[in-house]
Amino acid sequence: MKRLLTLTSALVALASSKAAMAEYGLNMTQGITEVSKDIYDLHMMVFWVCVVIGIVVFGAMFYAIIAHRKSKGHKAAHFHESTTVEFIWTGIPILILIAMAIPASKTLIDIEVLDKADMTIKVTGHQWKWQYDYPEEGIGFISNLSQSSKDVMDDREKGSAAKREALDASGDTYLLSVDNHLVIPVDTTVRFLITSNDVIHSWWVPAFAVKQDANPGFINDAWARPTEIGTYRGQCAELCGKEHGFMPIVIDVVSKADYAVWVAEQQGAAAAAAVAATRQWSEDDLMAQGETLYNTNCAGCHMTDGTGGYGPAIKGSDIANDDAADHLNIVINGKNGMPSFKMLGDSDLAAVITYERRAFGNTGSVVQPSDVTSAR
Amino acid sequence: MSYTAAHDDHHGPEKGLLRWVKTTNHKDIGTLYLWFAFTMLLIGGAFAMGIRAELLQPGLQLMDPQFFNQLTTMHGLIMVFGAIMPAFVGLGNWLIPMMIGAPDMALPRMNNWSFWILPFAGGILLSTFFMDGGAPAFGWTFYAPLSTTFAPDSTDFFIFAIHLLGFSSIMGAINIIATVLNMRAPEMRMMDMPLFVWTWLITSFLLIGAMPVLAGAVTMMLTDRNFGTAFFDATGGGDPVMFQHIFWFFGHPEVYIMILPAFGVVSHIIPTFARKPLFGYSSMVYATASIAFLSYIVWAHHMFLTGMPVAGELYFMYATMLIAVPTGVKVFNWVATMWKGSLTFETPMLWAISFVFLFTIGGFSGLMLGIAPADIQYHDTYFVVAHFHYVLVTGALWGIIAATFYWLPKWCGKMYNEKLAKVHFWWAMISVNVLFFPQHFLGLAGMPRRIPDYSLQFADFNFISSIGGFSFGLSFVLLTYIVVDCIRNGKPADARPWYSAKGLEWTLSSPAPYHSFNTPPSRATILEESQHS
Repeated sequence: MKRLLTLTSALVALASSKAAMAEYGLNMTQGITEVSKDIYDLHMMVFWVCVVIGIVVFGAMFYAIIAHRKSKGHKAAHFHESTTVEFIWTGIPILILIAMAIPASKTLIDIEVLDKADMTIKVTGHQWKWQYDYPEEGIGFISNLSQSSKDVMDDREKGSAAKREALDASGDTYLLSVDNHLVIPVDTTVRFLITSNDVIHSWWVPAFAVKQDANPGFINDAWARPTEIGTYRGQCAELCGKEHGFMPIVIDVVSKADYAVWVAEQQGAAAAAAVAATRQWSEDDLMAQGETLYNTNCAGCHMTDGTGGYGPAIKGSDIANDDAADHLNIVINGKNGMPSFKMLGDSDLAAVITYERRAFGNTGSVVQPSDVTSAR
Repeated sequence: MSYTAAHDDHHGPEKGLLRWVKTTNHKDIGTLYLWFAFTMLLIGGAFAMGIRAELLQPGLQLMDPQFFNQLTTMHGLIMVFGAIMPAFVGLGNWLIPMMIGAPDMALPRMNNWSFWILPFAGGILLSTFFMDGGAPAFGWTFYAPLSTTFAPDSTDFFIFAIHLLGFSSIMGAINIIATVLNMRAPEMRMMDMPLFVWTWLITSFLLIGAMPVLAGAVTMMLTDRNFGTAFFDATGGGDPVMFQHIFWFFGHPEVYIMILPAFGVVSHIIPTFARKPLFGYSSMVYATASIAFLSYIVWAHHMFLTGMPVAGELYFMYATMLIAVPTGVKVFNWVATMWKGSLTFETPMLWAISFVFLFTIGGFSGLMLGIAPADIQYHDTYFVVAHFHYVLVTGALWGIIAATFYWLPKWCGKMYNEKLAKVHFWWAMISVNVLFFPQHFLGLAGMPRRIPDYSLQFADFNFISSIGGFSFGLSFVLLTYIVVDCIRNGKPADARPWYSAKGLEWTLSSPAPYHSFNTPPSRATILEESQHS
């Protein structure tokens, strides 16, 4: 009985104070879309139905445990069958279930049926990062776990007190921050087309109540109409290999005016990158950009010093020192555990491959963006 | 009525180690199954301790993420296929012939084989840890293409181990069906059978229906990996989501395979210690059969987010919610059995009551997960982890432990230490809730499952959960001591150590004779010992 009381009071405390829930992260988020609020309401309704059923059933059980015990001299009755009772406790749950199924069906149909979206974003899962494309605006970029989270993670391994502070300072964004945020305008219906380039991932943003599997070779869709400006975070929700826990999602919901400015900036940057891909780069420029890209994309498996870890060593390897054709092939197309990096732009690929061929004491040739273009 | 051990003096067990290799005796094989399952439980538990140790604090402390994934994968596989399923087959072997008035199982040589496959299958599975590329790291659900194109070489050994485990389960199931249908005492009708026999009979049909489907899934994986087929590869015209349909067509019956025999166990223990016949015997049988039927038509509720059409989602949501009805009937019947009884709380009863309480909590979260729109937020989070541990640890495992304490005096003829057993019960009961209850909060707050490191807002509950986990793990040391101490030093137990217990097994001496019944029990004895009188 004590256990029951403790449990009930804990559940009541949990459900009765919304502010406390948000603060301590005890309950589902209400989110910032109509759908996410509907889902929250549905969740709370089913929760309370369960609480009430629990009080009735466990109440009867614990009453029997206390009142009908042998040590109190209670004599056992001998009833053991009642068709009426069986019908009652088959019938009542069916009615309760029907009552729950009606709002659940309504919400589900709302979620799944979308007539018209204001804009479309294509989301592609990769081991282990997200790629976002705005087909109508001609914008596309990759979103990786932020360097700050990686630093804290590496620092934590060393375990000193100063590094501990770094972890504390990172606050709620540790493992939930990325280099390039997805940006979408407020009060706009966005359709997400979700797919994958390798294994199954799942794109989850709790505040939108959007979680949809990214299946290789197939396109799923989901939609959201965020109503509040802010930054919202999520994670990959389907086990996708080694770094499954390290491919978060960060979305900035901005005003429509800010969104227009951001789109113009991105389109300018895309045009500049297209020009850059056609010119000859100096080795220094390639190496500088290559180092950053290497640390973001490659160091997780091949280590920052190129000595290899989960992946083979690049330092002194044949591929990085011999003819560039094999090197280009493996980075663009992948091989076994090595994922394909063809979603990177030509100048980025040229930079990172050059870095791998010239850093760590390697003596391979410099690779230019034009080499990448012809190797694709 | 008491059958003494005298009749089998001339034909006892063989001496020495070969007894266990060559045995065709249902009790010896049951014992082998139970010890094998217990060993696997400790190994799978050790993996869980590794997982909880890594999750004790944020940051990567002990292992790299790939090894973490290997641990979660092997923990699941070992617990499902190595611990829970073999433990129930062991209980079935030991108890079913005694409960139906039979001398032994119907197919004793196959019985030997179905056990002896297991250590090899388990050994192959565990050996993958020492292979190049490490053990399988794609989760116990091994979704393609992570388990095909992107998996380590050891995956082929994993596939072979799954095939072997499947053979073993199917043979065990066939044996139980043949035994129940053919070896029952001639005077025992189907509706006289005790519920453990009923639940196991129904479970056997689930096994022979579901395990071949799993074998099909892993065979397709094998040919995808090695022989150039593309069942699950979109670039060859296949479909990775089809893997999930096939897997869960096995996987959902599988979860009932793991829980139905536990329902049977609890339906024996509660009437004994309530000193009152089981309430609604026939409705219990019908409810079990309904659950088994429904288990075949709800599989895609594990797949609400794979991109199913809305009509499919609606159907699977309704069918899933329906399972609450027969499951609810069972819980109500157990409570009604306790109602106006004359209750005492020996260790088996404590485990049984705890089962009803905690399994029902797992049932509530299951109902919540069945609501398709809400599942969008619950899916693949710690809420799911909490849910299936409430039904599988405090459900299936609780049933196994309850059965062990309840029938241990019959198995070894000795009584366990009641005081220590109660200490162990409360220790396990409290720590398991400290371990799993906070995981509900973690999931709702947004922590995905199968991640080796997490953001700081999840730190407190993970810490609490890990402490509970270590304590729960440690409680199994005491359980081992209690069981070994009982076998070695226990006081002799009566033929009917729980004097209010009913069932043909209690008419045999303790320990039970090597060949259970040489003469079938009479109609009068069967009625006297049946659960519905």
